[in-house]
Amino acid sequence: MSIYLNKDSRIIVQGMTGGMGAKHTTLMVQSGAQIVGGVNARKAGTTVELGGKELPVFGTVAEAMKETGADVSVAFVPPAFTKDACIEAIDAEIPLLVVITEGVPVQDTAEVVAYLEGRSTRMIGPNCPGIITPEESLAGITPHTIAGKGPVGLVSKSGTLTYQMMYELKDFGFSTAIGIGGDPIVGTTHIDALEAFEKDPETKAIVMIGEIGGDAEERAAAYIKDNVTKPVVGYVAGFTAPEGKTMGHAGAIVSGSSGTAQAKKEALEAAGVKVGKTPSETAALMREILQAL
Amino acid sequence: MEFQAKELFAKHGVTTTLGVVAETAEEARAAAEEMGGVTVIKAQVKAGGRGKAGGVKIAKTADEAETHAGNILGMEIKGLTVNRVLVTPATPPVEEYYFSFLLDRTNRSHLCIVSVEGGVEIEEVAKTNPEAVRKINVDALEGVTPEKAAAIVDEAKFPAELRDQAIEMVQQLWTVYVEEDATLVEVNPLARLEGDKLEALDGKVSLDENASEVRHPEHAAFEIREEADALESKAKDKGLNYVKLDGEVGIIGNGAGLVMSTLDVVAYAGEKHGGVKPANFLDIGGGANAQVMADGLDVILNDEQVKSVFVNVFGGITACDEVASGIKGALEILGDAATKPLVVRLDGNNVEEGRRILDELDHPLVTQVDTMDGAADKAAELAHQA
Repeated sequence: MSIYLNKDSRIIVQGMTGGMGAKHTTLMVQSGAQIVGGVNARKAGTTVELGGKELPVFGTVAEAMKETGADVSVAFVPPAFTKDACIEAIDAEIPLLVVITEGVPVQDTAEVVAYLEGRSTRMIGPNCPGIITPEESLAGITPHTIAGKGPVGLVSKSGTLTYQMMYELKDFGFSTAIGIGGDPIVGTTHIDALEAFEKDPETKAIVMIGEIGGDAEERAAAYIKDNVTKPVVGYVAGFTAPEGKTMGHAGAIVSGSSGTAQAKKEALEAAGVKVGKTPSETAALMREILQAL
Repeated sequence: MEFQAKELFAKHGVTTTLGVVAETAEEARAAAEEMGGVTVIKAQVKAGGRGKAGGVKIAKTADEAETHAGNILGMEIKGLTVNRVLVTPATPPVEEYYFSFLLDRTNRSHLCIVSVEGGVEIEEVAKTNPEAVRKINVDALEGVTPEKAAAIVDEAKFPAELRDQAIEMVQQLWTVYVEEDATLVEVNPLARLEGDKLEALDGKVSLDENASEVRHPEHAAFEIREEADALESKAKDKGLNYVKLDGEVGIIGNGAGLVMSTLDVVAYAGEKHGGVKPANFLDIGGGANAQVMADGLDVILNDEQVKSVFVNVFGGITACDEVASGIKGALEILGDAATKPLVVRLDGNNVEEGRRILDELDHPLVTQVDTMDGAADKAAELAHQA
């Protein structure tokens, strides 16, 4: 078991023929994920060879799903067209939509998230590394060689911190690692992932990585307290970030005391979550828990 | 800044008084003379609390306008130097209200906050009389229709004689929010003037940088550079995500989360090495190529405070061989000008090739360390020794 993605997942790529799309489709194919085709209206009917596999290009997501049985789409489309690409995938009722694109206007994302309401698609992202179920499937850009299968479920806002934490705990391995994205509004939240990991029998413990800004970690802490029985270890990046400065992500903004790393750490600890000060300390806390299991 | 927010208000039909922006006391005097009567001189900086800081003054005459402007120009408000003032005719409000549209991260939608009690002191009202501050969700798909605008105005309990005006202004402000891709449109105070006229007396607009990039090239004109640090300005020209901090260890990494984490790890490591601190935040982003890496190093090595540099890359989109080539290229360009030690930690996408490039380069300033903690410690140690 795993969450959202497994060895049977059949993946199409929206924007497969673009630079980033082609590069990462190649890496996904090489990881062993079942990539079954791509979508580009202007190149419909052609095929593209990526990672040694001949992949058909379809005109629409709906057509690609019909022809290939795809149930996951990974989107690498440019930010100006991301909203339309998402709406198309949602209308086609793709079960899982992973939006890698960085720089999507936040009002577009707000519209897409509102559009998801009452529809069957789960969206991960935007501005995220996607999701990996090691040794089974990869829908995104996470290097598949960092860590293998294991008992840890990982949910993180940040892509590179996802990689760092997988690396730190590679001796244990992961059930699924999911990067939910650093934008102010994302499709799948920390809480969604926590809920799924709690239900997944293969996941024995959970690492949750947050970042300064917003109150997602505080709300996740409240959720953990009431709903999660598995051990959770947390990490929040940005303890030494100065207030009032924007550090790259739209989401990583500190204003006043609310949203600081310290406030998030305290909220998590109050919910019984052990919080590390650095990635390696966080990994050490998780290691202790796993060895005691 | 206020005057820019007002330009956006006016563009979409919101009643406001633009006034005149002055960069010298003489310009302020000329503007006040032209307007005649009583004027208000307001500091233009990106910070709240301007009034409390002494940055807002009433001038009864042009002489007073000049004196006030002279005092306000050059003053510091929350660390920002005032380089311009806005001169407007004084229009004393009969009543002050508060109104805003903003992005609501918690509910992943938009929110309207409105209060007909108090304007400027909205935080105080929210504390003492929370019922008077109405928070109304706005559906991202439906937006603010005329019916929604009327519902907002009625829920806020605007005076009946202002209802129609208020409904119109709420729709106009929503247009500002949507058309300009804002994450905040705030009118504070929204004033009721003599003769029952509603006017946006002061305001603030925050724009979504992603949207400005994608579909609002005209927003570039709102950026005022002179307030930024010279290094930050240089980084911005090269499209880098850079924030100058007060410290000795230059940081370059990929991904905002990892870079923030790197700052933390370096700060902790610094405690063992004479209290050295991270000198900056620099995220080269996903998929950075050799040129971006070289640009980043160029900015950091020009920071006189920097004594050592820590390059921390975990490649996902970013390929480690590109990063290594960037370091190599930057060192070649800099030649003898490169005098600061670099500690490099590479992992992930194409790491073997990246490490090989640096091994082959065998540069006396470059040290490769395998782990993030080890590399942070080394970089802090080198900064302390320098």
